[in-house]
Amino acid sequence: MTRYETVIGLEVHAQLKTRSKIFCSCSTQFGADPNENVCPVCSGMPGVLPVLNRKVVEYAAKMGLAIDCRINRTSIFARKNYFYPDLPKGYQTSQFEQPICEHGHVDIVTAKGPKRVGVTRIHMEEDAGKSIHSAHDNASYVDLNRSCVPLIEIVSEPDMRNAEEAVAYLKAIRSILVYLDICDGNMEEGSFRCDANVSVRPFGQEAFGTRAELKNLNSFKHVQKAIDFEVERQIDLVEDGEQVVQETRLFDANKGTTHSMRGKEEAHDYRYFPCPDLVPLVLQESWLDQWRSELPELPKAREQRFLSQYGLSSDAAEVLTSERDMAEYFEAAVAAFAEPKKIANWLMTDILRELNQTGGRAGDLLLTPQNLATLVRMVEEGAISAKSAKDILPELLLTGADPEELVKAKGLVQISDTSALAADIDAVLAENPKELADYRAGKTKLMGFFVGQIMRRTKGQANPAVVNQLLAEKLK
Amino acid sequence: MKISPEEVAKVARLARLDLTPEKIDQYAGQLDGILGYMDKLSELDTSSVEPMYTPVDQISVMRDDVVRKDFTREEILRNAPETDGAFFIVPRIV
Amino acid sequence: MPDLTQLTLTQVRQQLADKSRSAAEVTEAALTRIQATEPKIQALLSLQAEEARAQAKALDAQGPDAAKPLWGVPLIVKDVLATKDAPTTCGSKILENFRPVYDATAVARLKDAGAIILAKANMDEFAMGSTTENSAYFATRNPWDTSRVPGGSSGGSGAAVAACQCYGALGTDTGGSIRLPASFCGIVGLKPSYGRVSRFGMVAYGSSLDQIGPMTRSVEDAARILQVIAGHDGRDSTSVEAPVPDYVAALSERGDLKGLTIGLPAEYWDKGLSPEVAEACGAAVKQAEALGAKTVPVSLKLSEYAIATYYIIAVAEASSNLARFDGVRYGLRDKSAESLIEMYVKSRTQGFGEEVQRRIILGTYVLSSGYYDAYYRKAAQVRRMIRQDFEAALTQCDVILGPVCPTTAFKVGEMTSDPLQMYLMDIFTISTNLAGLPGMSLPVGLGRETGMPVGLQLTGRAFDEARLLQVAGVLEKNVPATGIAAL
Repeated sequence: MTRYETVIGLEVHAQLKTRSKIFCSCSTQFGADPNENVCPVCSGMPGVLPVLNRKVVEYAAKMGLAIDCRINRTSIFARKNYFYPDLPKGYQTSQFEQPICEHGHVDIVTAKGPKRVGVTRIHMEEDAGKSIHSAHDNASYVDLNRSCVPLIEIVSEPDMRNAEEAVAYLKAIRSILVYLDICDGNMEEGSFRCDANVSVRPFGQEAFGTRAELKNLNSFKHVQKAIDFEVERQIDLVEDGEQVVQETRLFDANKGTTHSMRGKEEAHDYRYFPCPDLVPLVLQESWLDQWRSELPELPKAREQRFLSQYGLSSDAAEVLTSERDMAEYFEAAVAAFAEPKKIANWLMTDILRELNQTGGRAGDLLLTPQNLATLVRMVEEGAISAKSAKDILPELLLTGADPEELVKAKGLVQISDTSALAADIDAVLAENPKELADYRAGKTKLMGFFVGQIMRRTKGQANPAVVNQLLAEKLK
Repeated sequence: MKISPEEVAKVARLARLDLTPEKIDQYAGQLDGILGYMDKLSELDTSSVEPMYTPVDQISVMRDDVVRKDFTREEILRNAPETDGAFFIVPRIV
Repeated sequence: MPDLTQLTLTQVRQQLADKSRSAAEVTEAALTRIQATEPKIQALLSLQAEEARAQAKALDAQGPDAAKPLWGVPLIVKDVLATKDAPTTCGSKILENFRPVYDATAVARLKDAGAIILAKANMDEFAMGSTTENSAYFATRNPWDTSRVPGGSSGGSGAAVAACQCYGALGTDTGGSIRLPASFCGIVGLKPSYGRVSRFGMVAYGSSLDQIGPMTRSVEDAARILQVIAGHDGRDSTSVEAPVPDYVAALSERGDLKGLTIGLPAEYWDKGLSPEVAEACGAAVKQAEALGAKTVPVSLKLSEYAIATYYIIAVAEASSNLARFDGVRYGLRDKSAESLIEMYVKSRTQGFGEEVQRRIILGTYVLSSGYYDAYYRKAAQVRRMIRQDFEAALTQCDVILGPVCPTTAFKVGEMTSDPLQMYLMDIFTISTNLAGLPGMSLPVGLGRETGMPVGLQLTGRAFDEARLLQVAGVLEKNVPATGIAAL
């Protein structure tokens, strides 16, 4: 296995969050009824012409600036010609020889340490429509709402060497897109799509092996599984003395395998040529200066700041800045209760677990950062036990209820009152004379027993720290 | 022979056209003549000439990111050979 | 006393404006003329008679509107231009039942100016052809001699105007398709500079070459139509923002040609012209000199490369532009097809005629991997050289003159066997599209041998249509009148 090196390149298609499409004024709103957001231009009717949306250019350039690309002052739109029902003009308007951005990079962190992944290019293009296939009436249903929605295609260098690096790269790219507020980064809804080019070669060989293109990767897990499967498949082939075929393979999420898309793969000849209906795009320096000044704090910069400003561990800083939502949530919570490490801890354990289960985003949480801060404050001040806090967290997440009110309603207010607890302690010691005698005789382990009894007596509401302290004094 | 019948057939497939063998031969012959004529261009030294893809000089023509809806779905589907009023319907795509 | 239908656009426009004629009367006369002449020339693919009548009636109810420069004037539009809710077939079976839900910008501007669109004119299928014999429906005949072609691809528009079915028509020109039929039919045809008139709604053939322009019975008529359709359109990224001069006013600024320098390229005059064309065009040049113009020889030494350059670029762009005709969203669909790819192939093969298929294949070939640099890129480089050739010549003169075509209109069927022969007919007109310059055809008399109209071509600097119209306007008054075809 270690005789082979894996080479991975990734192509990301990110839908840009403009209001209107790239070449026409139809809405890009997701979820509309089929063919409602369609006009003659994006349905490729005879005689129609494209007009470029300036916001698309701004967003594409900003992504290029964010990942240190060279921004090409002049770029050209080209036609990529092929036939498909969801491609109304029979060509996709894209960029070929002169894309808007080139030669950038993204820094990722892997188990082995930091790594720089090159980005070959970013270019603008229009999306295609969608088809739904019906088996029982042997037909396909074409919806052009998505036709002409703006995309940027981000092509990486073949710098990644395993699935972990690939996923780290994708997360970094997505994070930046979301930070820039130019893309939703939603893999399930299709606003962030990824294809992987995977090949293997014997260690030490310079020439690349034949690569397969993997499609239908709808989550980071899929990406990782697909790559792992594909690498093994290719190595098996090569070791058996067979050839890897250059082809497109679909990932089957149920089986965790990849399979070839077509029996006979006819190489595409896209016959690219500059689109005569569009003129060259020449970027003015003043636009670039303006866009550069508008860039928000990007994930890496924010991560550094979290390290220094909040004193977080590098692990925490990385996790909390990986999603812009989460970073903002964190900072809002800290603004309400200035205990960054404690808040970080809550976010990275319980909250993150919840988000992973539901697949939601920090920005969607019903539990507001302020309310989380309140909850954490209540624990720190002893108003509620940590256990109780964790117990009510699911309900807080589900309902967005106010923690103080919920604690009160459930009668979970922690008893930290020393005199009240002293009474309970006396009661427990009185009820267990044998154990008390054993303790005084040397069985110090029984301390736990007493604590347990006191907790039971107070229905878990006694503040354990206070109990321990008082008990220790009494038993002296 | 600049373009063979095989090449004509291949190109026809790319263009989604079905040609009879007679047509393929006929087109091959005609296209051969036409392409031969186009070889004239190699007489010119264009090594320092930028290609001109459009006669106009303007650059960066763009529009604002504003939504408009000027057509109803019915109008968009009106000329469709097959539709259920919501989708364009085609024979199953594989 | 000329028949109402024989008036020029300028004349009838005035009569409508001062209410000596009603819109209904003028429209009805045109419709009657159409009915009388169509059996002989078959210029039209569809007629919108009822809509025209209704429109005329509505206009009459409102009364003439000085803000509408073409109020009540009946016009015809080439079937390559989208007309809302009216058939738009591009002369092809693949769009036999297509009715767009939008107007081409040029059409919308005509309607906004009060014009009445009577009908859609026949054309070579998807504008690919020079005689209108490539129409999938029928061939149009030249009103001057119905055994002869009207030229193409805007042959229907040319014949309709020449036959007085309307007061003007819109044609389109990619390699000469306005100028050639204008020449063959004895009328005025103007191809504006590329970018002068919006291409939105013109079904694309050669996107970087296509332009829409007027075809009329007088120069002033052409100026009036151009005035309405020219100007920037936000829906066409290639339309220019340059201001539109007052073309009609420009016409009255010149009564002679003093101070004008006319360029005569040897490549256009020594090139195997038929004697009658040489004679009629030569006489026109002499007239120009008599009117005070200076003539100088100029050189357009790259002329011999123009056809090869044009055909590579035009067919490449066309092969891509016609990919949208796939039977999915509109147009002909072969419903017997069982699979998607069969549907594509059958629909396109049945829907497209032979010339269109030939050009699609040629265009696909020159763009394909391995050939792109040798053909398409090379042609684009030569194209720039050709434009530079013209720009240099136009520093030595103001206007270039030459014949539109080496011959007058030939017989139907004479040229259809050899496609390359057909392509070579565009020899004088094609460079203008490559260079993006404006070009006009002006009738300068009937040929001595055939009695068929001869057209003189005027080519000018970019966006210099005003000067072209001026020069043509002066010449028009000083060359033998072509008259009206006796049909």
